[in-house]
Amino acid sequence: MAGEMPFEMPLVEMRKKIAELKQFGEEKGIDFSDEVARLEERYSELENEIYSNISPAQKMHLARHHVRPTSLDLIGLIFTDFIELHGDRLYGDDLAVVGGIAKLNGRPVTVIGQQRGKDTKENILRFFGSAHPEGFRKSLRLMKQAEKFGRPIITFVDTKGAYPGNTAEERGQSEAIARNLFEMSQLAVPVICVIIGEGGSGGALAMAVGNRVLMLENAIYSAISPNGAASILWKDATKAEQAAEAMKITATDLLEMEVIEEIIPEPRGGAHRDYEAAAEAVKDTVWRHLQELSGMDAAALKEDRYLKFRKIGEFSEAVLEQDADQDEAQIVE
Amino acid sequence: MFKDLFQKKRKYATIPSERLERSGGPAEGERPKREIPEGLMSKCAKCGTIQYSKELEKNLKVCPSCGYHMRLNATERIAMILDPEGFIEFDSEMASIDPLKFPGYASKLEQQQSKTGQVEAVITGQGSIGGHAVIVAVMNFEFFTGSMGSVVGEKITRAVEEATERGLPMLIFSTSGGARMQESILSLMQMAKTSAALARFSEAGGLYISVITDPTTGGVSASFASLGDIIIAEPGAVFGFAGRIVIEQTIRQKLPEDFQTAEFNLQHGQLDLVVHRKEMRSTLTKLLELHDVKGGF
Repeated sequence: MAGEMPFEMPLVEMRKKIAELKQFGEEKGIDFSDEVARLEERYSELENEIYSNISPAQKMHLARHHVRPTSLDLIGLIFTDFIELHGDRLYGDDLAVVGGIAKLNGRPVTVIGQQRGKDTKENILRFFGSAHPEGFRKSLRLMKQAEKFGRPIITFVDTKGAYPGNTAEERGQSEAIARNLFEMSQLAVPVICVIIGEGGSGGALAMAVGNRVLMLENAIYSAISPNGAASILWKDATKAEQAAEAMKITATDLLEMEVIEEIIPEPRGGAHRDYEAAAEAVKDTVWRHLQELSGMDAAALKEDRYLKFRKIGEFSEAVLEQDADQDEAQIVE
Repeated sequence: MFKDLFQKKRKYATIPSERLERSGGPAEGERPKREIPEGLMSKCAKCGTIQYSKELEKNLKVCPSCGYHMRLNATERIAMILDPEGFIEFDSEMASIDPLKFPGYASKLEQQQSKTGQVEAVITGQGSIGGHAVIVAVMNFEFFTGSMGSVVGEKITRAVEEATERGLPMLIFSTSGGARMQESILSLMQMAKTSAALARFSEAGGLYISVITDPTTGGVSASFASLGDIIIAEPGAVFGFAGRIVIEQTIRQKLPEDFQTAEFNLQHGQLDLVVHRKEMRSTLTKLLELHDVKGGF
């Protein structure tokens, strides 16, 4: 197996030990089958223990894993007849966003994803999956196209955030993101968004205003990257792991806060262990939600999407009491 | 010393002479600073010119020598823009809680509240400008760098919904460092919530004027601030998505001095107008009047 994470090292060690023991036994003609069986039992216990206790910080690393399936990997495994379409018709074609028309179980849909590169060379072409305004505008163009032809929209979110560069600012990065939020809320077709890796800030949200927002088990989603938060809070970007714990960025946290509708389970050890199985799970879940939404007309879809986001936010409306002596504000429930 | 003499001369030169108090002037050799009560004088953050605070107030907190528009808090802004009578505040008691139990957030909130005397980073309500009824939201950079958490998002959304229901124009004065990271994902979702409310408002035919004040960045810039039918900025106001330092680190280049300023954005087609503070009220009045037939819809 490739791409082990540091927290998986005990498993790697143990696998090595078992293999060594087996080999030793074979070479010397000694029967170690009892010991091997015992070790294998211990191994599966350890495996259970490790994989059922993946911390937020470990998930952050899994979500960013360089061999984790990208949007194009999933598109290839989930859809048929994918035809990629290019360009925003305004400035250029941003390779950090891919999109086009495809079939899902035989039904035409529009699918759009944020696309990291697999190696450094590709990452440079794709800006590490961080879109410029033209990327967001391309995605909006494809969404409006889908709306015109009555196709449901499926988006895959996987970005550290919108590209933070001067050219992006000059061409209206803020406007491009804001426009997507504005327009996506009014789309007359079903919109299903899946956070497949890292959902970083406004750049992620600009493609995640859906009737359903789903997350892969080890994906993360937050307002600011844990690295960014750490450098602001503690003036130390290396404390990202600490920030990851505090920021509630995992799928479990977001389901609890009702920001997402469902967690899509990943193969044991992460989606990169078994692309086919991961894709199958995404496909089944998306298809189920799509069927649920299929019965709704345009007005109902818009209303459903509006209410989904309308209800998010936690605050108190109780009277704020000012304690004059201590000059301290206290929130009274 | 000659040096000292010249320095003193430079500082005194900017104070209107008729307002100088003659009695009790600084004794020789003493630093004049010690004689000046706290808050009497103000220094321009941009050009360093020192002037009477009262003079500055009269000049709407715009530096008379370089034209720098100093930051205003929400209360000052409301007093400057709205007609003096008839402002009714909405949701004045809505306060942040600490939904994520984020380290240090609760105490930071308390500290911001006692520092500013405000409950949160935005004031919303109804009022009028030049006799034209409007729903307004005015952000406050003094409070938690104007960051948007659940409360800011909810108050603005409610104000927009109110404007939609009552058929009134919507006016938002933005200033913000971005999303409030102590509320993480909940803050991010406020961008979608406010934008969706504005989409409905727009569909109903409402006029939304967005006024950018210094600075407007991050999640606020990338949501409601950029969605105005008309977008106006104060001169010099910084308006952009990513922070200057982050961009410089990404592209490994120094950025030009005027990067992300109102003038820069106007040049790049991201704004309709750059309006001096002195003309803001009259410009808004004119725009509201031009939309009277349909903008109040």
